[in-house]
Amino acid sequence: MSKHVRVNPIACEAHGMCAELLPERITLDEWGYPLVDGAPLEGAQVEHAMRAAQACPTFALLIERDRKRSRRSAA
Amino acid sequence: MSAPPSPTAQGAARLPTQSAAALPRLLAGISEHGAMSLEEHLALHGAPPARRRQARRRDGDGDGAASLIEEIAQAGLLGRGGAAFPTATKMRAVAGARGRAIVVANGAEGEPGSVKDHTLLELLPHLVIDGAVLAAEAVDADEVIIAACEYAGGSVDGVALAIEECALSSTGSRNAPPVRLVIVPGHYVAGQESALVNYLGGGPAKPTFTPPLPFESGLRRRPTLVNNVETLAHVALIARHGAPWFRRLGTPSQPGSALVTLSGPVAHPGVYEIEQGASLSSLIEAGGGLTTRLRGALLGGYAGTWIGPERLAGVALSDEHLAAHGATLGAGVVLLLSEEACPVAETARLARWLAEQSTRQCGPCLHGLDALADALAELAAGAGGSRPTQRIERLASLTARRSACGHPDGAINALLSALEAFPAEFADHARHGPCEGCARAAELPLPHRPVSGETLRRRGLRA
Repeated sequence: MSKHVRVNPIACEAHGMCAELLPERITLDEWGYPLVDGAPLEGAQVEHAMRAAQACPTFALLIERDRKRSRRSAA
Repeated sequence: MSAPPSPTAQGAARLPTQSAAALPRLLAGISEHGAMSLEEHLALHGAPPARRRQARRRDGDGDGAASLIEEIAQAGLLGRGGAAFPTATKMRAVAGARGRAIVVANGAEGEPGSVKDHTLLELLPHLVIDGAVLAAEAVDADEVIIAACEYAGGSVDGVALAIEECALSSTGSRNAPPVRLVIVPGHYVAGQESALVNYLGGGPAKPTFTPPLPFESGLRRRPTLVNNVETLAHVALIARHGAPWFRRLGTPSQPGSALVTLSGPVAHPGVYEIEQGASLSSLIEAGGGLTTRLRGALLGGYAGTWIGPERLAGVALSDEHLAAHGATLGAGVVLLLSEEACPVAETARLARWLAEQSTRQCGPCLHGLDALADALAELAAGAGGSRPTQRIERLASLTARRSACGHPDGAINALLSALEAFPAEFADHARHGPCEGCARAAELPLPHRPVSGETLRRRGLRA
């Protein structure tokens, strides 16, 4: 079952840890909020994503199982 | 400011179609002089069939509640709060979810261009209550909440009196679920489904992160059917007259009639009931005609789409037709802009207002809408640099689809559609700064509505 990352935008306070720990999928916008590539995580990215989720001070980074096959929303 | 839409109904638009005689439906018997009483309502529309069904049920007769959802599905009723979601699909989801359901009739109507819901609650409250109770019976709910806006005193009074009338009446069913009124904050996003449920549950009137959606886990974690009050008014009539009757008006994909709030330079701005798919020109005619030439129209509401003057003539008010213009009827808002108005100045003011209506929960919405409002103000002043529209488009794509609710996305839709509908005006302002029309008073109403219902808290009216 493939997984992807998603941000809870209400919880997110732009600490930016996620972009440090998962640069493969997350960059920051000009205000410091994450721009997320919600494509399925591949290989070692799953572990990087879990580390990033645990490091988020507001627990705003979520790792979700793909519900639909073609889920590509940029959260 | 031009006349804002008056909160009194102007009666139904009589439209030149073969079925015009079938209108008005919802607005039948409406009077500007006060709410329709329960007695008048029952005399006009008859008793709601669910109550007759309950009488039958005592004799062991079948499942009328499930058949109402089926009837609504066949009628093809779409939600009238703006999203046009199929009502029966929502009702089935609530009926099938675990736990006893709650029905919320959403009359928050924070949209400044719309007064149709306030009008229904103020003048035809029994139609809405009827529909809400029927919906409650259909999804097996044991509680009905009518949410009325803090700024719409008439709606609040209309519903409060109607609930009292029902309680005193002997015709009401003893088995009907209790109906109560809750006054909700009036800021723009307060009527968003999750924000409304959040507020009713004792939280702020701000959207929540989804899933879960209210239909699976809403108020007090119970499945919650949130329907716009106009949607429920249609339910009351579909229950009485059936799906084929409903489909006698409208288009195959958007059947029935719809309430529309018409404002701008027409002789009689107000609420009109139209057949879905009716032409814009017939609506303007019903509104007494134009008092000046038009610069454009904003359709759907403040999250809607601008249409420029050259395309206005052929517009029909159905989503299948409006799709070609990138527009929808939304919550039934038709805002006309007079020729003397400046669409750039109106858009810049609208951008600032939409930014202020952010509930400031999500970073991209908070910062993105603010930056967009700045960029539009600078463009309008001729101080936007060499490529101001490119900057606006970049900010829009950076901001879109990154927040918990659709507010920033709707705002961006309206702002970008203005750039598209009035390219010459925007180019002219970018180069030469303000025009003569910029100094005119705003035509789009931009009411001061602080986010989060502070006024309610001060008055001790909090849910």
